[in-house]
Amino acid sequence: MDNKLIQYILGIADNSLILGQRLGELCGHGPSLETDIALTNISLDLFGQTRSYYQYVAQLQGGVATEDTVAFLRLEREYKNVLLVEQPNTDFGYVIAKQFLFDVFHLAFLQELQHSKDTQLAAIAVKSIKEVLYHTRFSSDWIKRLGDGTTESHGRIQTAINDLWIYTDELFQPTEADTAMVTQGIGVDSTKLKANYYQLVSAVLAEATLITPVVEYFQKGGKQGIHSEHMGFIVTELQFMQRTYPNMNW
Amino acid sequence: MKNWPLWEVFIRSKNGLEHRHCGSLHASDATMALENARDVYTRRMEGVSIWVVPSSQITASNPEHNGETFEPAMDKAYRHPTFYDLPDELKHM
Repeated sequence: MDNKLIQYILGIADNSLILGQRLGELCGHGPSLETDIALTNISLDLFGQTRSYYQYVAQLQGGVATEDTVAFLRLEREYKNVLLVEQPNTDFGYVIAKQFLFDVFHLAFLQELQHSKDTQLAAIAVKSIKEVLYHTRFSSDWIKRLGDGTTESHGRIQTAINDLWIYTDELFQPTEADTAMVTQGIGVDSTKLKANYYQLVSAVLAEATLITPVVEYFQKGGKQGIHSEHMGFIVTELQFMQRTYPNMNW
Repeated sequence: MKNWPLWEVFIRSKNGLEHRHCGSLHASDATMALENARDVYTRRMEGVSIWVVPSSQITASNPEHNGETFEPAMDKAYRHPTFYDLPDELKHM
């Protein structure tokens, strides 16, 4: 049972870790000082959430496990994040599109997780909701600004939305751990969030004068640890310090 | 983004205190200016309220006129209300 719970928590936490890492790449490289700080603020919010989840995982694992071993000493296949969050920051349009497509899901997910029977998960959710409310507002505003902006910004954000759309369905595909935790009243039944998600996303896209893509085939695999080619590079950079100087501390 | 106008940011650190000028930033409109101000100037719990004002809307005194504008006040110590005893309950004077 604990193993399923651990897998379940990793499925939530790894999304925040990898998206946070992607946002962290923008530190000092944002399109303007203000957006640079805004994006790295979001990154730090996500890392904060990740720490709470990993501390809980470490406690469940016992022994020598710490939040750092959970974060830094797993193999690529052991990370359970969705493919969406590991996609590269191709341009500002992709950064915002990826953030937006994840934020809308993240918020709805946490709003359910706060009612979890697991008091620790419920408490993390309650704390995270305020942060993610702001993330959602930030990314939704930018979708509208870019979509309803210039011809150039409209074209770029539409391209990003089109390219990332194939990764959205995975957010709602239950894993074995998900199903087990839903049965116990601990986990969130993500399949129930799906209809509302696409409705919310489409409403923002419409307001942004963007077209909601229609695709036949969706990508999946991240939740099972089968990642895209980008993941290895992210893990390499993420783990560099711990692999090079084992057990190092700041 | 180079064409974004400049905004002046005022933060109220606690309820009951006045908004204070804390800096400036670039934003395309007032909504974005508020969001940027939140991210740039309140990330260490500096505030409970934010005002943003387009910098172009501020009329400033001319530094070349500093002599006649400010110096006449320098030798008028009697204008300072330093001759009163303030009650301890009175804060922020």
